[in-house]
Amino acid sequence: MSKLVVTSIGPASSVQDGGRPGSQRYGLTPSGAMDRLSLAAANTLVGNDLFAAAVEIGPFGASFTARGGAVRVGLAGASRNADIGGRPVAFDSSATLAEGETLTLGFARGGSFSYLAIEHGIEGEPMFGSLAVNARAGLGSPYPRPLQSGDELTTQAASGAPERRIEMPAATDAPIRIVFGPQDDEFAEDNKKLLVDSEWKISATSDRMGYRLEGPVIKHLDGHNIVSDGTVNGSIQVPGNGQPIVLMPDRGTSGGYPKIATAITADFGRFAQISAGRPFRFKAVTMAEAQAEAIKFHEMLRSLPDRLRGIEDFGLNIEALRDANVAGQAVNAVDVSTWQVALP
Amino acid sequence: MAEPLSPPRLLPSGDSAITVEFSRTIDDAANRRVLALDRVIAAEPIAGITETVPTYRSLLVHYDPVRISFDALGGQLLARAAKAPPTETGTRRWRIPVTYGGEHGIDLEDVAKALKTTPDEVVARHVAGDYRVAMIGFTPGWSYLSGLETFLHMPRRKDPRLLTPAGTISIGGIQTGVQCLAGPSGWHLLGRTPVRTYQLHRDPTFLLEPGDAITFTAIDAKTFAEQDRAAEAGEFVAELVTP
Repeated sequence: MSKLVVTSIGPASSVQDGGRPGSQRYGLTPSGAMDRLSLAAANTLVGNDLFAAAVEIGPFGASFTARGGAVRVGLAGASRNADIGGRPVAFDSSATLAEGETLTLGFARGGSFSYLAIEHGIEGEPMFGSLAVNARAGLGSPYPRPLQSGDELTTQAASGAPERRIEMPAATDAPIRIVFGPQDDEFAEDNKKLLVDSEWKISATSDRMGYRLEGPVIKHLDGHNIVSDGTVNGSIQVPGNGQPIVLMPDRGTSGGYPKIATAITADFGRFAQISAGRPFRFKAVTMAEAQAEAIKFHEMLRSLPDRLRGIEDFGLNIEALRDANVAGQAVNAVDVSTWQVALP
Repeated sequence: MAEPLSPPRLLPSGDSAITVEFSRTIDDAANRRVLALDRVIAAEPIAGITETVPTYRSLLVHYDPVRISFDALGGQLLARAAKAPPTETGTRRWRIPVTYGGEHGIDLEDVAKALKTTPDEVVARHVAGDYRVAMIGFTPGWSYLSGLETFLHMPRRKDPRLLTPAGTISIGGIQTGVQCLAGPSGWHLLGRTPVRTYQLHRDPTFLLEPGDAITFTAIDAKTFAEQDRAAEAGEFVAELVTP
């Protein structure tokens, strides 16, 4: 038995997987990874199922130590300074911690969440087929709450397989695509236009339940109370103050504010990665376009294993290493106090 | 039986879900059509549907756009909704024990005052009701019941409470509800039930289904304490009256 021990971690970090859909009719939130593509990429790097449980790491730094044997990990999602015992590690690649070695991760860059997948997966007791943490409902395993330092993730010893990297599509700042509905008829045309014509920012008070948006006030035609109906990931609901809330994987399964539009599946993970305070825009697309993009997104997920490359094929990784070093001058990785977040 | 079967509205909830809306208001007839469509889909599945979520006035249908398009699924849903709803046979009826007032129902006195009556009268009327699970949502097992008599209709609290106890039985607006987990609520707390509508390691995990009929029975605080221990150990405590 090998263990990955959490030696330091910030808030908004928890074990997540593909979630537990199927019981929303009983009020059970699906939860699961904020950015499914990055979760799947991290898992692919170490040969796991696409949506196996991994560590979703929030914007702040974290460190993990291997105990009881070597542990092989895959890193994807928002990139960070990363090293194992001083050896730099690139994102979108796998790496192995020898017994006693520590993986140190800095702040997230250009995104909010990184995914650390562990070869052979994380041992735990599935609840409704999932290890995903849903703190409100007391669900999740091995811990039904966000991770804390001292927590232990049990796995099997590293296989010794050669390290891999994965070629991910280039990052984009393109607008987040939406389809209007289900309750866009609760809004006048000029207010619908406001949603797509304006610049928005994600409020710092956002969490895994919902991202609060800051921007112009969107007015309702006829009050903000509707009879509660079902929600989905990406529902854009508009409460009384006219500042939209985009519902995220820990959302309530029903909600009583009009939902003006819904983020498309293909862009949801990219939306989840937008950092608080960074401006972005929405763009309305047709249902046909949204569904064509959903199918392309599905094909991309399935093609991830074909995107694996040998680590010695280093054409891109030199760039990644240089990137890590340049950014490394911004913080002192050795002086933990310059980046580590104190836990309550 | 002569309710007009006007077609529901198909509202897009993104590229992977359709809201099938039967009404824009809380309406018992619409809720019965929601639950009827849900039963029809369960009996005659449509390939590509991954999950259905009945609510008061609409059925949210989650689906996989890789397997079926919005247009194709929408057509099939309208066809099924146009069929005469199957009669509700074999409706399950549960009797749920509640201890009213005191520390377990801290708003009972205030509710009685607001309604210009006595706490006993409020309890008597609440116990006499014949309710139906219209939807389950918000948090696991939170069951919204229709059938609250008009006399007990009350606006929600102006200042919602951030924490209300597990098992709370409350009224809010024209609804009453069985809350399972401790959590926030803006409703008026009349009492508590030892029944867990959701319990992780019990079979079934979720006790109630949308459409189930519910009646309440008053118990004293001592019985509540006994039944609470039994429920914690995995007993239903709720009594299945029919079928």
